Amino acid sequence: MKILVPVKRVVDYNVKVRVKSDGSGVDIANVKMSTNPFDEIAVEEATRLKEAGKATEIVTVTCGVPQAQETLRAAMAIGADRGILVETGSEIEPLGVAKVLKALVDKEQPQLIILGKQAIDDDSNQTGQMLAALLGWPQATFASKVVLGDDKVTVTREVDGGLETVALSLPAIVTTDLRLNEPRYVTLPNIMKAKKKPMEQIRPEDLGVDVTPRLKTLKVSEPAKRSAGVIVPDVATLLDKLRTEAKII
Amino acid sequence: MVALVIAEHDNASLKGVTLNTVSAAAQCGGEVHILVAGSGCAAVAEAASKVAGVSKVLVADAAHLADGLAENVAEQILSVCSPYSHILAPASAFGKNVLPRVAARLDVAQISEIIKVNAADTFERPIYAGNAIATVQSADKVKVITVRGTGFDAAASEGGAATVETVSAVADSGKSLFVSRELAKSDRPELTGAKIVVSGGRGMGSGENFKILEPLADKLGAAMGASRAAVDAGYVPNDWQVGQTGKIVAPQLYIAVGISGAIQHLAGMKDSKTIVAINKDPEAPIFSMADYGLVGDLFELVPQLTQQLS
Repeated sequence: MKILVPVKRVVDYNVKVRVKSDGSGVDIANVKMSTNPFDEIAVEEATRLKEAGKATEIVTVTCGVPQAQETLRAAMAIGADRGILVETGSEIEPLGVAKVLKALVDKEQPQLIILGKQAIDDDSNQTGQMLAALLGWPQATFASKVVLGDDKVTVTREVDGGLETVALSLPAIVTTDLRLNEPRYVTLPNIMKAKKKPMEQIRPEDLGVDVTPRLKTLKVSEPAKRSAGVIVPDVATLLDKLRTEAKII
Repeated sequence: MVALVIAEHDNASLKGVTLNTVSAAAQCGGEVHILVAGSGCAAVAEAASKVAGVSKVLVADAAHLADGLAENVAEQILSVCSPYSHILAPASAFGKNVLPRVAARLDVAQISEIIKVNAADTFERPIYAGNAIATVQSADKVKVITVRGTGFDAAASEGGAATVETVSAVADSGKSLFVSRELAKSDRPELTGAKIVVSGGRGMGSGENFKILEPLADKLGAAMGASRAAVDAGYVPNDWQVGQTGKIVAPQLYIAVGISGAIQHLAGMKDSKTIVAINKDPEAPIFSMADYGLVGDLFELVPQLTQQLS
């Protein structure tokens, strides 16, 4: 069984982004970029399925600037077998990404697609669900456990208030939540091996896909800041403040 | 312009976050309708018809709509959505799961987790875990939107008199099957809708120690939450998690106990009206956000607080 794992290059989760002074976006020049953490979990899960003998090939794909090749190499260092870079100049939206992925799925015919539940830059949480809809496939989002059978996949999902389990007929789409697995530390020999794995480079036009954005970002601004309050000396003062100033208890 | 709100419910009662979504829908400028897709969900439809500002409730009732499966619910929305200019759902596990399918099938962009409606086509939404706010304008014919409940006041649950109309249920996709659900049982209010939240962090030291927060939460009628550090340490279950990767809350009062205040946690609670922090480290970042800080040993301060409340 072939598994497709789309990945995204994003600002590293440890970086506190700064909004540009002209309000046109956030400043990502010279900041550390990494694989979206949820996507790393997706690659890890696919790799474990392959190691368990349940998958035969893992294809990883990304849409983005040429430097996104690094993200594909990182996925290949974990365990993906080959990579596809769909080179897009500007930012593309989840709908555009889903259309690109659909065209690739038509070509590659995977039985399972594992994606991160959301990218930590635009926080959209859409691509997996959109791809599932375009393909007419079932989906299990926010997965914390994946059990792959021959013709179905059983997935435990993190939902509000607890867990939910669904069974999907294959082909299907799974999006990962944080607790699905802990991605391995990548070893140097595997990084070296990843450099030799095949990587294809194409453009959305080659797939006949229009990725023109539908949303216009008018402005990006800093969130309203909270100012620090006061340190109170004891519990009695705290309760007094909560009663008389904040009036909430 | 008419907006359609997708109701979140458990077939017995309408979930509170639907009311916040109704408020966002009303701000889009037109009439508001609600779709209730479920099984044996007449009580939900009745509750939806009483929500202030709602003029019509559509009900699709079928066994395969019982568990909110994305494939079936999305298809149901698509079957009724043609008259609508806006389709909105709560940005909950349910709404996030279902709505992008609808947007993709309509060939429109989805606008996720809006916190403000500026105009019928312009919305504000947090990006980078709330470290920036983007104002976006949609050129699409239909706006498909998920709504962050904490960004909007809840519509009144009484006072409306909407007509209730039954619509025919779509066929079962047959591609996905609901197997089981394990929901944590609690007498406390639900985390995202609670007026007061008491949260513990790694400073609690163990799952056992979370017990000292319980009497405090009981006395305040508060929901209980936790930081990701406490969840990762295995002290409490994941659905307690408040933060970028967990739940976004904005209660009247948020009490952070033994929480240092990592960016990822602050992203989930910074819109709370009043924040109280209890931590032994006076340098903890949480104090730069808190309205009232109490520096000291939480194992002494929390019982004192509980006791002096009575």
